[in-house]
Amino acid sequence: MSIWEYANPVKFMRISGAILPWVAAGAAVCCIGGVVWGFLTPLDYRQGATVKIIFLHVPSALMAINGWLMMLVASLIWLIRRHHVSALVAKAAAPVGAVMTLIALVTGAIWGQPMWGTWWEWDPRLTSFLILFLFYLGYIALWASVEDADSAADLTSVLCLVGSVFALLSRYAVNFWNQGLHQGASLSVAPGERMSSVYKYPLYVSMLGFFLLFLALVLVRTRTEIRLRRLSALLARENRA
Amino acid sequence: MSLLAARDLAVARGGLRAVEGVSFTLDAGQALILRGPNGIGKTTLLRTLAGLQAPVAGEVAGDDIAYAGHADGLKPALTVAENLHFWSAIFGGPPIDAALSAMNLTELARRPAHALSAGQKRRLGLARLIVTGRKVWLLDEPTVSLDAASVALFADMLRGHLGQGGAALIATHIELGLDAQVLDLTPYRATIRPPTSRPAGFNEAFA
Amino acid sequence: MKALLIRDLRLAVRAGGGFGLALAFFLILCTLVPFGVGPEGGQLSRIAPGILWVGALLACLLSLDRIFALDHEDGSLDLLATAPLPLEGAVAIKALAHWLTTGLPLVIFAPVLGLMLHLPGPAFPWLVVSLILGTPALSMLGAFGAAMTVGLRRGGLLLSLLVLPLYIPTLIFGAEAVRRGAIAADPAPPLVFLAAITLAVLALVPFAAAAALRVNLR
Repeated sequence: MSIWEYANPVKFMRISGAILPWVAAGAAVCCIGGVVWGFLTPLDYRQGATVKIIFLHVPSALMAINGWLMMLVASLIWLIRRHHVSALVAKAAAPVGAVMTLIALVTGAIWGQPMWGTWWEWDPRLTSFLILFLFYLGYIALWASVEDADSAADLTSVLCLVGSVFALLSRYAVNFWNQGLHQGASLSVAPGERMSSVYKYPLYVSMLGFFLLFLALVLVRTRTEIRLRRLSALLARENRA
Repeated sequence: MSLLAARDLAVARGGLRAVEGVSFTLDAGQALILRGPNGIGKTTLLRTLAGLQAPVAGEVAGDDIAYAGHADGLKPALTVAENLHFWSAIFGGPPIDAALSAMNLTELARRPAHALSAGQKRRLGLARLIVTGRKVWLLDEPTVSLDAASVALFADMLRGHLGQGGAALIATHIELGLDAQVLDLTPYRATIRPPTSRPAGFNEAFA
Repeated sequence: MKALLIRDLRLAVRAGGGFGLALAFFLILCTLVPFGVGPEGGQLSRIAPGILWVGALLACLLSLDRIFALDHEDGSLDLLATAPLPLEGAVAIKALAHWLTTGLPLVIFAPVLGLMLHLPGPAFPWLVVSLILGTPALSMLGAFGAAMTVGLRRGGLLLSLLVLPLYIPTLIFGAEAVRRGAIAADPAPPLVFLAAITLAVLALVPFAAAAALRVNLR
């Protein structure tokens, strides 16, 4: 059986319906567990209690980027193989990804205030996330404005492709433009930059939690979109009869 | 060798099949009149044949096609001659004099298109077909806003085109006085399959 | 192809073509900024590179929806799509016509506004060079946005939302080159990036724009 079998809406509905409760439960356990565990960690000697926002900030930032990557892959699958479910997954992921970006921006601002003494700084990472948020907005707005469903899927897929290139380009352009205050990657593999394992393991748990949360939300939204499409197809048939 | 052939063609409008199973061939010198009630999908069929949208099923063969839809594709700020010159250059077709005289536009050649009446604009839109130099004309309600004299003029132009080895597929309700076959789309209206409660196919759940 | 270019240029300069509106908008924008930030010359000269680039970008945006909307309304776009000219070529030509009627006048007019905004003397050549290198990308990306929104109601607002984020890299490198020119630093690196972006955009975006047009025509 090929992997494309899961692009069959009926099969997708059956399997996603079966795994959704498990994913949702896992998301709840890991999100709550990661944040509570993170709350119980000792205070950082430099940052004090403010460091604990990392358990929301890093996972949401991670899912903000991965959400867009997932939309890119789903868009490519739609353009190449014309599976409707794929286009609907991309559509469903966009608002979730946009909210993740917003969470990363807001928690970043809350973290930045005590650390850098400012709510907002035109730092490359922050600015890149703001730009990513703009791309999410444009993508969602385009889905909302095109009436014909297949045309909307085609146009948003093209936008997603072009937008991905420009989001990446903007990331480097912004680096060129301002060197920034933001610390390097928190989980960098390079020696010396490593964070203490006291924070690392709860962070892994909450990252897993955010991933499962993202997955659960996308599954719910995709299932809704599929039902909506089925409903409108049935109504159209009904109206013509 | 036919100029345009459709085999088992199905076209969709707004995601719904309009007509299906349409097959015909159009040879040099032949005209085919497309008939059928409003909304059956004449325009959609013509746009599909012109290559502006993809057929849902079936095949279209033929590429020497000029399409004339409801809109004439005229620029109000350009003169009659400029409009024709432009389309002649884009399609690499013949010079515009024959087209001007065929639709009796020679007198109006220097007038800007925004100063034309509706019927004159339509005549200009039809004259554009000649300067494309294409063999197959796909015409969607070509006689809208034409008076009786202009319709006769148009029928003459069409006869001339057919006489030179051209062909035409015309969606129209009026009698043009042509020796043409009629293709009535009514029997090809897409049947509504009862919705299956558990669709099994890949994307059948959405169609 | 030449016929299409000539027709578009002719339409732009004839009555109702809207030629010059972008320039007027650019002038008004650069007049409003000193009202907002104060007339002090030192401050204006510091922000002048940014204002001129943002102004050029917004002025360019203003006329984008005309690239395809009018041709779509009067049916010309259907006929162009069935013409022997590849749609990618038509898109590129129409973007070129947009640049010739909007981008190029902005480039020529920008130094005058630079004087009004106290742009430092050494920055002037770099203002012109950066705009010449950058504005073709603005027109081409704009044509892409216009192709995406051509059949839509309320397409104009959506067009800005789609196109403006795509303008960010061009804006960053363009304004940076002028800023470096103003402080006598080396403007070459941002100019190289600017030129690279423009060339890549000109080479690749026509395909995306033509794909979007085909979707919107069916």
